[in-house]
Amino acid sequence: MSAAEAITRRTTYRDAVRDGLRQALLRDPRVFLMGEDIGRYGGCFAVTKGLLEEFGEARIRDTPLSESAFVGAGIGAALGGLRPIVEIMTVNFSLLALDQILNTAATLCHMSGGQFPVPLVIRMATGAGRQVAAQHSHSLEGWYSHIPGLRIAAPATIDDAAGMLAAALACRDPVIIFEHMNLYNSQGELTAAAASADLEHAAIRRPGRDVSLITYGASLFKCLTAADQLAMHGIEAEVIDLRVLRPLDAKTVIESVQRTRRAVIVDEGWRSVGIAAEISARVMEQAFYDLDAPVQRVCSVEVPVPYAKHMEEAALPQVAQIVAAVASMFNHGQ
Amino acid sequence: MANEFRMPSLGPDMEAGTLVAWKVHPGDAVKRGDVVALVETDKGVIDVEIFATGTIEKLLVEPGTHVPVGTVLAQLKNGEASSEVPAPPAPASSPETVGAPQVTVHAAVQPPAARHQRISPAARVRAHALGLNVDSLRGTGPGGVITLDDVSKAGRANAKRANSPSEDQVHDMRRIIAKAMTRSKHEIPHYYLSIECCFSRAQGWLDQHNAAVAIEERLLPSALVLKAVALAARAMPEFNGFYKDEQFQAAADVHAGMAIAMRGGRLVAPAILNADRKPLAVIMSELRDLTTRVRSGHMRAAELALSTITITSLAEEGVDLLVPVIYPPQVAIVGCGSIVERPWIVDGLVQPARVMTITLAADHRVTDGRAGARFLRHVHDSLQSPEKL
Repeated sequence: MSAAEAITRRTTYRDAVRDGLRQALLRDPRVFLMGEDIGRYGGCFAVTKGLLEEFGEARIRDTPLSESAFVGAGIGAALGGLRPIVEIMTVNFSLLALDQILNTAATLCHMSGGQFPVPLVIRMATGAGRQVAAQHSHSLEGWYSHIPGLRIAAPATIDDAAGMLAAALACRDPVIIFEHMNLYNSQGELTAAAASADLEHAAIRRPGRDVSLITYGASLFKCLTAADQLAMHGIEAEVIDLRVLRPLDAKTVIESVQRTRRAVIVDEGWRSVGIAAEISARVMEQAFYDLDAPVQRVCSVEVPVPYAKHMEEAALPQVAQIVAAVASMFNHGQ
Repeated sequence: MANEFRMPSLGPDMEAGTLVAWKVHPGDAVKRGDVVALVETDKGVIDVEIFATGTIEKLLVEPGTHVPVGTVLAQLKNGEASSEVPAPPAPASSPETVGAPQVTVHAAVQPPAARHQRISPAARVRAHALGLNVDSLRGTGPGGVITLDDVSKAGRANAKRANSPSEDQVHDMRRIIAKAMTRSKHEIPHYYLSIECCFSRAQGWLDQHNAAVAIEERLLPSALVLKAVALAARAMPEFNGFYKDEQFQAAADVHAGMAIAMRGGRLVAPAILNADRKPLAVIMSELRDLTTRVRSGHMRAAELALSTITITSLAEEGVDLLVPVIYPPQVAIVGCGSIVERPWIVDGLVQPARVMTITLAADHRVTDGRAGARFLRHVHDSLQSPEKL
């Protein structure tokens, strides 16, 4: 990002992602985009709208409806020296490309003794809350975070939406960027900090001394709202945006918990065997003697996400549950 | 059979004490001599033993409560279990199974409910760092769990009370000393005798003894003096006991109190029990233990309440002669000055000698100067034959 653009301006998450893509296309001729309906249609979430006109068919490529094929093509292009950015509409469709992602992209560098790195970037939409029913409402970031060889990013803020792509393109490993569907319309300030977005560190989005709310993606904003409500009850919550789910920045998390001595993990994924379970385990391993209360998790109810609005809301973590989980760790309301 | 554990009297002037903590829970089996509670008196926090054997049935007083001496603190059931040792179960082996490993699969058993006080890891770490007994803390967290906040509060309260004696506490201790010493000078017609005691032989014997033993077994002069006084007290029981209700009651045993200064202007004189019958090595190790516990504030009830005669020393302060004040209701106290080099005449020749001036203050209502002189002579003579102590 040039110095001239390092000026704060108000924008949407969607435009910020597009801005990141434009900058990448402008900066590096090896970069190209591939995916279903990303060209003429402008992307199913309108993220790539206008890019075909600006960069042409060679660099903005509509693909057939075959995730396995175009993710595989992306791996080949990356091996061949290009910098492909592959868009998969939503995380549920990525399951059709799982063999390419897990068996090929994540392994080749390691199986070739480091000779064939796969600098592939895959973007996909994730999450629930838009009444698109069980098959289109998954949060499988935790699944992907299980896989060594991949890097998993979950930008929540405008700066990260715009800036993490550059860090992903600079990485030798395949990077999957999960963009929460509910965030595309969110608005915020794009600042100079976007240029220094990395794939290493979690970020403290709100400092606090009493409890650490550990989260990522769209749940960040539920946590910030919960922290505001808790502050009215005299509880100062620290809100940590993980940003990167693999590798996990355990240091930031552990240091925060050591300060606050309480941890609540908020994750839209299902509770069992998820990213929240992993963070809870790390806290037990590394900060057990600093804890003043058992670690709490606020996750999705373990059902396929319902279609009906009231049921979908009931299935997902909500602000009131976060507040209640925190309150249960204190003496209040006994 | 029900039995009661009461707030003990931990000194002749104690009227009330504060229960600091329980060291037992209901259901615990206790036997005579077990430390069951910590009680705070003007003399500090004291480990209190129980004299009965049985099972704690109910704790009646909450930690932190200030109650008069004699208040029932706990009820216990007297199991008289000591004599009823349950018969060992008969071995279940039969000839067929001999040699074969026997695996018994139990039906699912209900594990006993956890009895320990629930405490957060952070609180436990803090309690340990502050030297707080977790069992003495009260939890205010969810479900009664002890939280970091509870420990921090207890730590602050404790710091006020015990770690650095507050002005109030020093004031209380001064008040107690003032009361006892005023009573002593008001009521007890003291008489004083002193004797210069050649300590050269004793010192030579100590040096020889100490050269042959490990550092932690080395003897100090105070152990010798204490034993010598204890032997004199046994030989002359009119110096060993209490003056109460206008008459002297000789004590059956000799419990020699040793005045020990505590931090913050406090002074106590806990006893070496049956000092006349203990070897020097035992007296020395008990003296060391007492000094450590007095300075950390952990004294046992019996040690404070039972002194029958007291020894006080300012040897380390470079004092030649100490004229002590009797600690009522006792009737005698022996003071020791420093051991100093003095010209000493032996067989008409002047030679350097190590000399300690020992002073007796005794109650004239009970004894007279002649008896006092014999007492001092007894102490003096004992110190000339240290190998017999």
